[in-house]
Amino acid sequence: MARFTKEGGHKVPGINTGSMSDIVFMFLFFFMVITTMRESTLLVSIKSPQATQIQKLEKKSLVSYIYVGAPIRAQYGTESRIQLNDHFASIADIQEFVNQEREARDEVDRKMLTTSLKVDETVRMGLVNDIKQELRECGAFKINYSTRKKVSKASL
Amino acid sequence: MSDISFLLLTFFLLTSSIDTDNGILRKLPPPLEKDQTPPEINKRNIFTVMVNKYDQLLVNGRPSDVRTLKADAMEFLANPSNRVDYPEKKPVNIPELGTVSVSKGVISLKNDRGTSYEMYIQVQDQLTAAINELRDQLSKEKFGQAFSKLTDPKKAEAISTAIPVAISEAEPENIGGK
Repeated sequence: MARFTKEGGHKVPGINTGSMSDIVFMFLFFFMVITTMRESTLLVSIKSPQATQIQKLEKKSLVSYIYVGAPIRAQYGTESRIQLNDHFASIADIQEFVNQEREARDEVDRKMLTTSLKVDETVRMGLVNDIKQELRECGAFKINYSTRKKVSKASL
Repeated sequence: MSDISFLLLTFFLLTSSIDTDNGILRKLPPPLEKDQTPPEINKRNIFTVMVNKYDQLLVNGRPSDVRTLKADAMEFLANPSNRVDYPEKKPVNIPELGTVSVSKGVISLKNDRGTSYEMYIQVQDQLTAAINELRDQLSKEKFGQAFSKLTDPKKAEAISTAIPVAISEAEPENIGGK
């Protein structure tokens, strides 16, 4: 029946690309919001001590981190533990960790490698001393005690 | 719509900051050789700071407080009144500065295994503050600006040579437990 046939043929309308930029921006925001800069998830709770005389760590790529603190999940106990990368470790693992970190860097940068100690303020110095001794043994002499900037007080 | 998007974009760009790591930088000494005897240091040149497991301070044999530590350390390192029980000074010729008397004083820091990390950082912070303030003083006297504001690396190095970070940590002994 002639009534149902269109004259001049049927044309498929093209996809409207006007909202393309919105979608792209939406993606952009989505990824901006969900990405975090931290490489390893923390297994220990860390509240850095406060200090006034702090310096910024210059090159982030030349810093390796050692986390020390009480485990966040109660099932791992309350004793202070060391975290290297993504898992708990013991004192004996530190030398291997430092060597791995060194090998991941260029030969030129290896001497500049800084070890940043992110330690909770309640941790006892015995454990920190043990870590420092291990770092000395394997020649990682440059260290950084990670701290927060102190809220200024008139008394200081 | 794209205006709003750009607004959001700039908003996030401005508010998000990559968390920079701050801290106190230190250099560890190389490990001791097997039968290495410690260098002889005149007793007057050593400023001992000891912290026990109750976070109490013993400075040069006397109980002390962390609040007075900075002033004590500064007086010790500078020794302005040339006291005989405070460190000797040695005239050193430093380029940019000329001849300056460099203190031979060393701060010896010793802490217990039970000392809290918070206390340790406070002590380190105060000692660093003492050194930084002395550097600022010298820098203002010689170059007319604070040490941290010096842009010429030669000048900064000259000041660092004149007032070195003379903090030495004692070899840890396993006493005090935990």
